[in-house]
Amino acid sequence: MSISDKILAKHISSTYTNKKNNIETSKIEKSVTPGEFIQVSVDYIMVHEQLGGRIAPEFQKLGLNHIWDPEQVVFILDHWVPPPDVRAAKMHQRANTFAEKYHIKWNFGQNQGICHQVLPEKGFAQPGRLIVGSDSHTTTYGAFNCFSTGIGATDVVNLFATGELWFVVPETIRVNFHGNLHSNVLGKDIVLQMLRDFKTDGAIYDGFEFGGEGISQISIDSRMTISNMVVEMGAKNGIFEGDKLLADWLRAHPPPTEAPSTLQTILQKSARPNSSKTSYSAPISPNTPRFISPEKGYNYKKTLEYDLSEIEPMIARPYSPDNVIPVAEMEPIEIDEAFLGSCTNGRLEDLRIAARIVKNHTVPTDVKFIVIPASRDIYLKAMHEGLLEIFVQAGAMVEYPTCGPCIGGHMGVLGPDEICISSSNRNFKGRMGDPSSQTYLASSATVAASAITGHITSPPQEKTRI
Amino acid sequence: MIHNSPLFSPIVEGRVWRVGDSIDTDLIVPSHVLTEQDYTKLLEATLESVIPNFAKQVQKGDIIIAGKNFGCGSSREEAVFVLKELGIRAIIAESFARIFFRNAINLGLPVIKFPASQTIGKQWDKLRIDLIQGTMKNLNTQQIFKFSNFSPFILRYIEKGGAIQVIKERLHL
Ligand code: SF4
Repeated sequence: MSISDKILAKHISSTYTNKKNNIETSKIEKSVTPGEFIQVSVDYIMVHEQLGGRIAPEFQKLGLNHIWDPEQVVFILDHWVPPPDVRAAKMHQRANTFAEKYHIKWNFGQNQGICHQVLPEKGFAQPGRLIVGSDSHTTTYGAFNCFSTGIGATDVVNLFATGELWFVVPETIRVNFHGNLHSNVLGKDIVLQMLRDFKTDGAIYDGFEFGGEGISQISIDSRMTISNMVVEMGAKNGIFEGDKLLADWLRAHPPPTEAPSTLQTILQKSARPNSSKTSYSAPISPNTPRFISPEKGYNYKKTLEYDLSEIEPMIARPYSPDNVIPVAEMEPIEIDEAFLGSCTNGRLEDLRIAARIVKNHTVPTDVKFIVIPASRDIYLKAMHEGLLEIFVQAGAMVEYPTCGPCIGGHMGVLGPDEICISSSNRNFKGRMGDPSSQTYLASSATVAASAITGHITSPPQEKTRI
Repeated sequence: MIHNSPLFSPIVEGRVWRVGDSIDTDLIVPSHVLTEQDYTKLLEATLESVIPNFAKQVQKGDIIIAGKNFGCGSSREEAVFVLKELGIRAIIAESFARIFFRNAINLGLPVIKFPASQTIGKQWDKLRIDLIQGTMKNLNTQQIFKFSNFSPFILRYIEKGGAIQVIKERLHL
């Protein structure tokens, strides 16, 4: 079995029976085959504003006075925080009312950042887990050797009511990375290269599995970007093998044991490291993580090899994330906005390299350079490292963690015909504002380089790795 | 299988709406209406930048024929909800994005994967689909197309009009 198969098999629901549910399989032993319909129990269900959208009213139609397991549910507001208008505020109220009424245990409120950054930071994403979320980019947690994918509102209702969900076991595409990355190349460039090769429908229903000795070259932040954007190729998930880098990260982000109110206090304390810029002061878990590895000789749907040394800075032109070419081949198109943030690239790695590029430069007055760290934790760390100051000095607008411009919600909505270079993941028509606006997707390094020149610009080669 | 749901009709008959590849969820339901509690606002905005006035022109029973990767993008179930609510009774596409496909099954809207979707018919043709037999007949050209039958698992959701009914039965609600 592939890593994904193993995790799914482990989560096959114990109450699952063939006859009763009329499901076309008789397997209840812990093994799965691609294409098979299975009924699974999940470890965590992440919900955001959608809770106040379709989830709450649909669940209430059932007339149940409890949800299956409030301890499984992680709730966080992130898309429209703080609310830019009355409608968004009301949506938050509906979501909050539901969360309180049904005693959702992991209620993180609206000041922690974007869900896909916060869940791993708080230790929810652990190897071998099965996590679903009411957001398509829930695939991000694949970076942590766990199976995670996006689901819709009725799926969440199903889980809230029965604790179970149907899945079709995906076929697995294996990707092996080799070689060394160039200094100005990030996970975003790798996944854009993959999008160029696979196109947006090249992996529909499939799962990606990433490994090879080259993964040691890819930071956890960059792996999250890759897993985040596998959904842009239609994939169900994108899971990385475990290694030392991941073990270190996991030790620094142990699984949660306390509900958020207590957790917040711990984090407030831990977010003020005394000296070292890179140290995390969360408690060290004594356990070595138990990674899930694929079965030797497993028959993948496809196996691809990527030589990291051949990957260069890439950019996706409007209106599709697969409309990709090397940045070097781009005309120097003038931009109105540069957005550095989102669950794809608002991490510390991104802020560090961008700050290095914009330091001692000034953003042209006709360019809106918007910087939004992906989480409160990153915001604090960037503040301590002096990165935010560099951005503000350069003329950027640094905002508090939210999805904001990525979804055309607030804090930088594009007007008619405006052109934006963005570190986010989607450049569909109208995604970031007016339908006539245009978004180019690129790495944080390319966004930063473009912000200071005012036109689409390749990032500089650095002497040392980012 | 016994098809005994009183609401379920295996025959869908309606006019064809032709759309292209990669109709994403932002195009189906733009995010500027997503925070709306009033569903009529969502309905009005459906596909607004692809087919102006779609919401006004669409009729109950209509069928969408699309190219590749229909419904790609976000997990917003509203994308299925609005189409169903406006009267769309089936969507045929070369391929569907995964979450859209799930959401459609969960809301009981038949989604038919048919690689040669472009050959079935043109805009405004009349189409009759038999969901059980797995056939589509273009009533203008009299051509008949066969698609692979729904699995019993998926057919059950379609028959019941969606997952909510299945959950209710399971929990005896
Ligand atoms: S940052 Fe963008 S892609 Fe990520 S969760 Fe928010 S809206 Fe979705």
